[in-house]
Amino acid sequence: MSIAGIFEHPLGRLGPDALPFWQMLQHPTEGNIINGCVATGAASMVVIGALVMVVLLTRYRRWGVLWSDWLTSPDHKKIGIMYVAIAFVMLARALIEAVLMRAQQAFGLSGGFLSPDHFAQLFSTHGTIMIFFMAMPFLTGIINYVMPMQIGARDVSFPVLNSISLGLTAAGAGLVMVSLVIGKFSTGGWFGYPPFTEASFSPGVGPDYWIWSLTLASLGSTLTGINFAVTIYKERAPGMTLMRMPLFTWTALCTSILMIFAMPPLTVATAQLALDRYLGFHYFTNALGGNMMNFANLFWLFGHPEVYILILPSFGVFSEVISTFSGKVLYGYRSLVMATMAITVLSFTVWLHHFFTMGQNANMNAAFGIASMLIGVPTGVKIYDWMLTMFRGRVRFTVPMVYSFGFILLFVLGGMSGILLANPSVDYQVHNTVFLVAHFHNMAVPGVLFGMLVAYHFWFPKAFGFRLDERWGMVSALCWIFGFMAAFFPLYVLGVMGLPRRTVAYSEASYVPLEWVAFLGALLILVALGSLLWQLRVSIRHRDENRVAAGDPWNGRSLEWATSAPPPEYNFAVIPSVEGRDAFARAKEEGCAYQSPDTYRDIELPRNSAMGPVTGAIGFALGFGLVWHIWWLVILSFLAAVTTLIVRGFARDTTRVVPADEVRREHLRWIAAVNATTAVSRVDECRPVNDGRARYEAIGVAP
Amino acid sequence: MISAGRWLVLSAVVPMLAACTGNLHLSFLDPQGPVAAAQRWHFFEVLGIMAVLVAGPIFLLLPFFAWRYRYGNKASRYAPRWEFSRLLEIMAWSGPIVIVVVLSFILWRDTHRLDPYKPLASDQTPLRVQVIGYDWKWLFIYPDQGIASIGMLAMPAGRPVSMQITSATVMQSLFIPALGSQIYAMGGMVTRLNLEADRPGRFLGENTMYNGNGFHQQHFTAAGMTPDDFSAWVQNVRAHGTPLDARTLQLVAGRSTRAALIDALPGKATHDGNLYFTHVSEALFPAVVQATLDGRAQLPRSALAHADPDRPRSADAPHSASASTP
Repeated sequence: MSIAGIFEHPLGRLGPDALPFWQMLQHPTEGNIINGCVATGAASMVVIGALVMVVLLTRYRRWGVLWSDWLTSPDHKKIGIMYVAIAFVMLARALIEAVLMRAQQAFGLSGGFLSPDHFAQLFSTHGTIMIFFMAMPFLTGIINYVMPMQIGARDVSFPVLNSISLGLTAAGAGLVMVSLVIGKFSTGGWFGYPPFTEASFSPGVGPDYWIWSLTLASLGSTLTGINFAVTIYKERAPGMTLMRMPLFTWTALCTSILMIFAMPPLTVATAQLALDRYLGFHYFTNALGGNMMNFANLFWLFGHPEVYILILPSFGVFSEVISTFSGKVLYGYRSLVMATMAITVLSFTVWLHHFFTMGQNANMNAAFGIASMLIGVPTGVKIYDWMLTMFRGRVRFTVPMVYSFGFILLFVLGGMSGILLANPSVDYQVHNTVFLVAHFHNMAVPGVLFGMLVAYHFWFPKAFGFRLDERWGMVSALCWIFGFMAAFFPLYVLGVMGLPRRTVAYSEASYVPLEWVAFLGALLILVALGSLLWQLRVSIRHRDENRVAAGDPWNGRSLEWATSAPPPEYNFAVIPSVEGRDAFARAKEEGCAYQSPDTYRDIELPRNSAMGPVTGAIGFALGFGLVWHIWWLVILSFLAAVTTLIVRGFARDTTRVVPADEVRREHLRWIAAVNATTAVSRVDECRPVNDGRARYEAIGVAP
Repeated sequence: MISAGRWLVLSAVVPMLAACTGNLHLSFLDPQGPVAAAQRWHFFEVLGIMAVLVAGPIFLLLPFFAWRYRYGNKASRYAPRWEFSRLLEIMAWSGPIVIVVVLSFILWRDTHRLDPYKPLASDQTPLRVQVIGYDWKWLFIYPDQGIASIGMLAMPAGRPVSMQITSATVMQSLFIPALGSQIYAMGGMVTRLNLEADRPGRFLGENTMYNGNGFHQQHFTAAGMTPDDFSAWVQNVRAHGTPLDARTLQLVAGRSTRAALIDALPGKATHDGNLYFTHVSEALFPAVVQATLDGRAQLPRSALAHADPDRPRSADAPHSASASTP
């Protein structure tokens, strides 16, 4: 590309044909009109959604608040909340796509209503979003919010880096959203196997959107992993030894380790694919020395640990929740820690099971098959330990517990289908069929998503100061559980009946009834998401009845419950001193919770920084320029990135001080409020009378 | 229990299959060959062990614990400090370990026994078939018979079929569920698959690896035949098939579905919607592998049929413009 070329094509390959309704207008056939309308409808939702946000922010003069209180905030709690907000937006989009796909397949015998290309974009964006822009931001947000408080820290080790990670993730999510409006997304699935995604077979912008949104997200996640791991190693309160950390923090640590080691192979693989596509390299082409098997290995070297990046935080959440709502100390803490670490290590030894059918010999397949089954051992131990936590407890059937029951039972079934798939000779039969689709959704929905929704219910009162509506939560939980069963159990059967995944249509009439059951299940899941949003609305409306300002609505066990709800931005007026596991439960039991120290000190906090949003905006512009070959934008964004880094290097005044007096005033006011709060029994846990102070009922602390 | 329910669903669905799909066998749970039969046994063996030893206890104990130790039941024992029992801990670890060890033996045995590269035990010499994956159809070459087909993989029942598989385009996966394993087809590489049909019948064949717009139409019928019927079929193809010359192969190699290819080859399709070719050289398959590996569009002249008297010998056209140029 010469200099002249840059000016000749200022918009690169971006033209009017990138608009979702262009083809429909040029060639108004019936199929084009239906697909054009669906795509245009989706694009309008993105555009209208963005416009409504802009109008509301302007109307209520909230731009300043958004900028100074949220976007530039280095506070791990606000960053966590923003991550979760991204996750919910992306969940809504990817779920609607899922319903659309199930509808298409329900009518798939006669060809359905979507074009193959449109359908392929749907399954590619659905998978990409659910993994990288729903599950990852959700768990990153929850860890961000909870983990520093659980270890008694004021923030993560690198608060501004945290904000940059968020910016990069948001930029990636933004690219995927923009692909709905301008151009097309990849049709190569969420793992984008070459040579299909090479320029010779997919010359359009689709794979480039996929490459750059993933690259942005994976860089963000690598930085997040480093940040979390360092925080857990270095920022723990005095006395918080590793073996006293709450189990959720343990899983956060293991997930961070996995992020650090597993994300780089993905970044390398997508970078190599980009070199193939942009500069004519031959890493993964058919010809001239390229080999797509290298991509498969690199991708799954990331992809399998990624599965555990997703599931481990959920395991941590369930451990906290089951212990708290059973009114009992977590059974087998040491075992659970060992199991978590075992899974972390084993997760790097099984990647080959994603391509048993690629032609390697029986010894190799058998070795990786057995390694895959081995992961069932620590996972099984976890399930037994959770059940033993309920044993001789006082189990309260709250929304998080209903999810937990659903999780354990469904997860066991998903684990069984996983063991089946770990057998190469069975995998040869069900690989690439919807049996596989059923299996990984069986792990990802009850495991990852239920875990994250439980975390949302559990810690929402901590973050916002009021409880979520219990009744709508229950409706949503039941719809999720039964909707999941209806949507995915039929796919197991369809899979053994030979229905391949990713097929827009089929010619066997015997598939139709079960496809319809699955479609109805998907609709039920849509109802579940709807009731989740309705629950939020109802809860906000009735927030004054459900306030839990004292901060401990569930009779909690770990340190995050020892603060007000919402907590002050420095989390703890005085850094707690920890003497054992379940530090807050111990304090309550010994009657020394809610005490004010003799002296308060000044607290140093990081200043707001525009680095996060600026880096995100630059990342987005760079990605967009690369996708559309708008080279001036690429060069400008690159220069802007370098400049930003240099400018940040000169920033000296990066902290501010909260004076001891102010800390003392805040803290004493909260202590007084707690003392004025009636402690409630667990019977009244979900009633307005629960103001966030738990009456002493034996909750048990390990000796 | 849900697991038991799934068993019921599976066992109810399988007999239905043959009835409602016009005798096209879809599933390995309705096996038509020794490999699929062994896979079915393996599937139920593993599923049965896990249903009894893994799901059973958890599905019984979890509801029992949740109900017995519910908050409202003050009669149940409450031990809030209890957090460890050596005996239970040993059981929690050793149970899954024992199950995995047992399953590992089964896995090791069957992975070797059912290795798709391993020739099947038989007193007959296997029928050789070479498979080339194009977008979006499979070309089945019978090198010893000098014929080829699209849409139909005929095989004599009771005689093993030994397949060599490659792709002239992106990655695909060749799969005949009622007979046995699937295996990837990859450009410039040759994978292998050994299958056998026990008895005459029609079996669903497909590609399971998404490869573009025509993916869902990349089906074929695998047909088991009596040896006599198979010989007759070969004779029939030889008598009525189209010579696979350069022009025809160029059309085959284009990105098109079987239906579109038939439109492009007027008068060449048979009434069953398949295409049959004669004068197929044994050199074709290795030539396609090598050309894909080299990124060459041209196939050597020796790999193509020259039986068409209407065309001069020098008419070798590019074999695949879209597929093998990087």
